[in-house]
Amino acid sequence: MTRSTLHPAGARARKAGADGVRAQLLLLELSPLILFAIVVVLFGLAADRFLTLATLNNVVIQAAHIAIIAIGMTFVLLTAGIDLSVGAIMYVVVAIVTLYLGDLPLAVSFPIGLLVGLLIGCINGFFIVVVRVAPFITTLATLFIGRGVALFMTDTAMVFANDDVLTLGQTDWLGLRSSIWVFGVVFVVAFVVLRSTPFGRQVYAVGQDPAAAAKAGLKVPLILFGVYAISGVCAALGGLVSLTQVAAASSTFGFQKEFPVIAAAVLGGTSLFGGRGTVVGTAFGALLIQTVETGLVMSNTDPYAYPLVIAGIIFLAVLVDAQRTRIAARLNRRKIRIDDPQDRG
Amino acid sequence: MAHFAAKPVLAVEGLNKSFFGVQVLFDVGFTLCPGEVLGLVGENGSGKSTTMNILGGVHPRDSGRITLDGAPYEPRGPRDAVESGVAFIHQELNLFENLSIQENIFIADFPRVGRLLPFIRRKEIAERTRAVLEMVDLDVPPTMPVARLSQGERQLVEIAKALAAGAKVIIFDEPTTSLTRRETERLFDIIARLKAQGIAMIYISHILGDVKQLCDRIVVLRDGAVVGGGRADELGIERIIALMVGREIDQLFPPRAPCVTTEPLLEVRGLSQPDVVRNISFTLHRGEILGISGLMGSGRSELARILFGLDPHAEGEIRVGGEPYAATDPIDAMRRGIAFLTEDRRAEGLMLEASIADNIALPSLRDFAGQFAGWLRRPQLTAQVVQAADQVRINTRDHARMLAKNLSGGNQQKVVLAKWLLRAPRVFILDEPTRGIDVGAKYEVYKIMNQMVADGAGVLFISSEMEELIGMCDRILVMSRGEITAVHERAEFSSERIMESALRVGMDAVR
Repeated sequence: MTRSTLHPAGARARKAGADGVRAQLLLLELSPLILFAIVVVLFGLAADRFLTLATLNNVVIQAAHIAIIAIGMTFVLLTAGIDLSVGAIMYVVVAIVTLYLGDLPLAVSFPIGLLVGLLIGCINGFFIVVVRVAPFITTLATLFIGRGVALFMTDTAMVFANDDVLTLGQTDWLGLRSSIWVFGVVFVVAFVVLRSTPFGRQVYAVGQDPAAAAKAGLKVPLILFGVYAISGVCAALGGLVSLTQVAAASSTFGFQKEFPVIAAAVLGGTSLFGGRGTVVGTAFGALLIQTVETGLVMSNTDPYAYPLVIAGIIFLAVLVDAQRTRIAARLNRRKIRIDDPQDRG
Repeated sequence: MAHFAAKPVLAVEGLNKSFFGVQVLFDVGFTLCPGEVLGLVGENGSGKSTTMNILGGVHPRDSGRITLDGAPYEPRGPRDAVESGVAFIHQELNLFENLSIQENIFIADFPRVGRLLPFIRRKEIAERTRAVLEMVDLDVPPTMPVARLSQGERQLVEIAKALAAGAKVIIFDEPTTSLTRRETERLFDIIARLKAQGIAMIYISHILGDVKQLCDRIVVLRDGAVVGGGRADELGIERIIALMVGREIDQLFPPRAPCVTTEPLLEVRGLSQPDVVRNISFTLHRGEILGISGLMGSGRSELARILFGLDPHAEGEIRVGGEPYAATDPIDAMRRGIAFLTEDRRAEGLMLEASIADNIALPSLRDFAGQFAGWLRRPQLTAQVVQAADQVRINTRDHARMLAKNLSGGNQQKVVLAKWLLRAPRVFILDEPTRGIDVGAKYEVYKIMNQMVADGAGVLFISSEMEELIGMCDRILVMSRGEITAVHERAEFSSERIMESALRVGMDAVR
């Protein structure tokens, strides 16, 4: 409810005229939810096993690694940047952990794996912030370098996780799978950081207007560096979670994962232009994509149709985003004829 | 006139500054007392911005003494300046639309729960925000997103931000350019309140009437030096202008021989668009300068956009040079000889990152495409561009390399004029062509307009400044609430009458 002492009458008039538009906007904001509901109902009709708790559990487990990486990506997208190297980071980290650290306990090898992810994220941050190479180009380079290094290390052969990793991947705590817990912790931490810490709010500020952020005295380079470091760690964590589930990594591990990851964030309402997006939305986007994939499998759809369906959903998300921008612009446009009469005085 | 404590809050002495070996400030000095509003006026390039940027911590100074509350003041950056108590409210507001008011106010320095826990104290920032919003009389919740505030409200948030940081000195740089009249009055009320609370303010504006009304003292800068000043109530506007330009201007407007004909160039009949304009009819003749007056938000700029084919219209008939014109496509508008200088030259009129020459050439590129695959005929184009640039007297050496963003406001506007003059328009729509440019540049814009009508074009001149409409136009249309409410012929011009017709319909409509 807008209260404004500058134009009480004008605000009221604007509000009356804008109410219909606001309703449309709200409908668009909720469209991922509506889409989700439609998807669930359709697959529920197509496959009777679909609408069960077991399916839900499966969806979350399988979406976990994408969701974790997408949450890291959300930080980057909020600053109007992009991180294309997440899939390569997954592969490098998993290759190092399985090839060189297989004999160490997981409590040692996994944190080292995360540090590797952090390091690559920092390399991205360094080139973007200090050398001032565009994020797209920097992370495209680390994508190729990362995959190249991992392929070199593995000799393009399949690498295998040890039994501890496999056990961890099958462990339940309080009835929930380990990957769900990791996803949950990342979700909560990221949510709190973005919402309630100075760093989180400053990420939004930098994404909205980097020049104004610098003028306001924010340490813009440090914040940009930070988001790529976060994305690197999240990518490493996602890779490790994925490893616990599949126990082995072929030469295509993590290949092109940047696409579903970015798609999840965009589907959840994160803008590629920066400044807008939430962790909740991103997690939701990741779950939506996985729900569709699971539903397609369970309803025995032709596997070659999967990419088409996923592409259709992403297209819808982008379409909705464009509509939302257009309507928001219309909402802000000044209406002369019904404007506040007091304004003329 | 109030008398101020002998002890100034801010004292500037012998300020010098050079950029790349060119000295831009020469021994600038002034003082500012608590509760005083100091008007700082001067043409663009006179050193106002540099002086304020030094005070605001944007640039370091070469030499000179500045004391703040008696202590030496050496800001290391904008943040440092704010923390010392000097807030600079820029012409373009520095607010983040995607954040709430309270987050905007504390963005650089959130109070935290503890040293180890980096969480924001939400209750505290809400409380402190509410307190400063009250000081600027803005009754909105601190959690409201800035995106939902009007321009005027955002300006108040900027002031609240300065107050929250404990500002002792607030610098306003052209604060009223994007405000409606009512919002401007509101701002002036707030400034008076802050003044009563002992806050010192520096007010920079090209609108000399405002400066005179609002300020206690006025300092005039020219070519980087203080050339005069005094108490605002003792300094006439004529005298201020004379100091600014360094010569007495007995005529603010260039002389012009009336050259109005009866030949219609642009005929508009019954033009309407729901929510925007209603039943607009007028005729612009060859050789005529037709003014459009009205308060901000009366539909003047929207009318211009419709005429140029940028915005849709539901009804109405338009003719250009006697031929029917659909007004649905700016390319068609340009082909028919219509040109449009928009009110926002930085966002809509210029490619800021491009050179002067590229900016001028842009709308004419099609005309210089050669026979072979449409390659540009560079030599011919360059010759024409140089000629257009000379015609408007852009004061810079290298048109091909100088970027538009590095020009002063006046020179930027001349670039926009030159790019349209290159197309030799028949109908030239000018929307606030003199906004934010200095007196000298204004005079030259007026001269260009006179030359155009003398050459047989028609000019539609939209302006908020009554004086320049009266000084320049053959006729003035007055718009209010999207309608034309009056037409004044040159013989019966008077600013009171025009203002009356701008206001009256609005008041009638309330009943």
